[in-house]
Amino acid sequence: MSRTPPAPEAAGPAGAFRPAPGWCAPEVAQELPGLRLLAAEAQVRRGGSLTGDSPPDIRERLRELSNRMRGATAVAVRRQPVPAAYRVFFRHIGLDPDAVRTPMEAAVLERMLRGGFLSGGLLADVLLVALLDTGVPVWALDAESVEGSLGIRPSGERERLGRSREAPELPGGRLVVADGSAPLAVLFGGLAPGHEPVANTRRLTLFAVQVAGVPELYAEEALWNCRAALELP
Amino acid sequence: MSPSEQLTIDRGAPVIAGVAVGTEAGERGARRSLRAQVARLERELCAIVADGFPHIGAGSPAWASTGPSLLGLEQLEQLRDQLAGRVQDMRRRAQERAEHELRAQELLERMKLEPGRYKFVRLPVTELGQRGCGVWEVRPRFGLIGMLAGWWELKLSSGCPLARGSRASATPATAPARGMPAVR
Repeated sequence: MSRTPPAPEAAGPAGAFRPAPGWCAPEVAQELPGLRLLAAEAQVRRGGSLTGDSPPDIRERLRELSNRMRGATAVAVRRQPVPAAYRVFFRHIGLDPDAVRTPMEAAVLERMLRGGFLSGGLLADVLLVALLDTGVPVWALDAESVEGSLGIRPSGERERLGRSREAPELPGGRLVVADGSAPLAVLFGGLAPGHEPVANTRRLTLFAVQVAGVPELYAEEALWNCRAALELP
Repeated sequence: MSPSEQLTIDRGAPVIAGVAVGTEAGERGARRSLRAQVARLERELCAIVADGFPHIGAGSPAWASTGPSLLGLEQLEQLRDQLAGRVQDMRRRAQERAEHELRAQELLERMKLEPGRYKFVRLPVTELGQRGCGVWEVRPRFGLIGMLAGWWELKLSSGCPLARGSRASATPATAPARGMPAVR
C-alpha cells in the first residue's frame, strides 16, 4: 500500500516522531480508561491554501482509497478492530453510532453516497486520508489560537465553546477537547468557531483521540501521516 | 428487589465517610461492569449486521443521543437494556433468515431432483444467502418442444447485467470490432 511521501524532517525511524500526550480530567480518566488525546504541531509547507485544491499526489491517494472501499467494505468496516473500538466508545459516552456515525463509518458512508472520496480541500483531504489509512480520526486547530496543552474534560455549566464572541454555550458535563482556558471542540464533534484553520493558516495543532482497543501506534501514525503530508514542500 | 434496583444508589443520601468510599467504589465497579456488557452487546450487534447484510439492517437507533458525556449508572443500565433488546430482536431476525435460506436450499435440491414437478419455478440466489443476480429456474429444454415432451431442466441465469450495458452497446461506435459496422 503506497503512502503519502513523508517530509524529509518527518522521515526516519518510526520512533523519531513522538506526539505530545494530552491530559485527561481525573473523572474522565477514571471512567473511560484507555481514552487518550495525542497532539502534534505541523507547519504547512505545501503551497496554496488549506481549503483550496489538493495537489495531485493527494488526489491520487483519494482515488486509490475510493477504489479500495466498496459497498461490502462499508458494512464490514464496523467489525474491524479499530472502527469497532470507536463504536463501543461512542456507546460508552452516550452516542448511538447508528445515529451519530463514527468518523470512519461516516467517511465510508459518504464515499458510498457520492461515488468516491471527493476532494474537500487540502487539509480536509489530508485528514481524510489519515483516517482511512489508520481508522483513527484527526482534527486540526489553528495553532495560534491554542493556549497550552490540549486535553479532555467535561464542560462546566454555562461554559462556552471557544473564546470568540459567537462561541455557543455548552450544556454542563459535555465532553470536550480543551486547552488551558477554554473548550476548543466537542469530543468527536465540531470545532469551536474562530479556532478552525483558515485558508492561509500555516501552523496547525493536530490532535487524535485514541480510545480503548486502539493501539497507540495507529494514533501516532495518523498524526504522522497528516504532518508528513502537510509539511511536504 | 430487581438487579437494577440493587445497583441504583441514592447519591443524595447522607452516608458515613467510610461507607461512602465503599459505595462509590462499588458504583464505579458497577459502571465498569455495565460498560463491559455494552461493549459485548455492541460487538454482537455488529457481527449480526455484518453477517446478515443485506438482509438484516442495523435498524433504527435505540438511544436518543444528546452529546458526548460521562454516563451515570442509571443511564448505563438503560443503555444496556436497550442494546440487549435490540440484540435479541436481531438474533431473532437472523434466525428467521437462516431458516428461510435453509428452506430455499431444500427447494433447490428438490428442483434439481425433480424439475418436472417445479415447472417455471424461479429461485433467486439471494434467497439462498448468496450474492449476485443469478436466478435458478426450471425451464423446458428446447423451448416449446421440451414443454410438449415434458423435458424440463434447471438452469442458472448468467448473473448481473453488465455495468456498461450489453456488449453490443458497450462497443465504441468509432471502433467497430472485426470489420463489423458500428452499432448506433
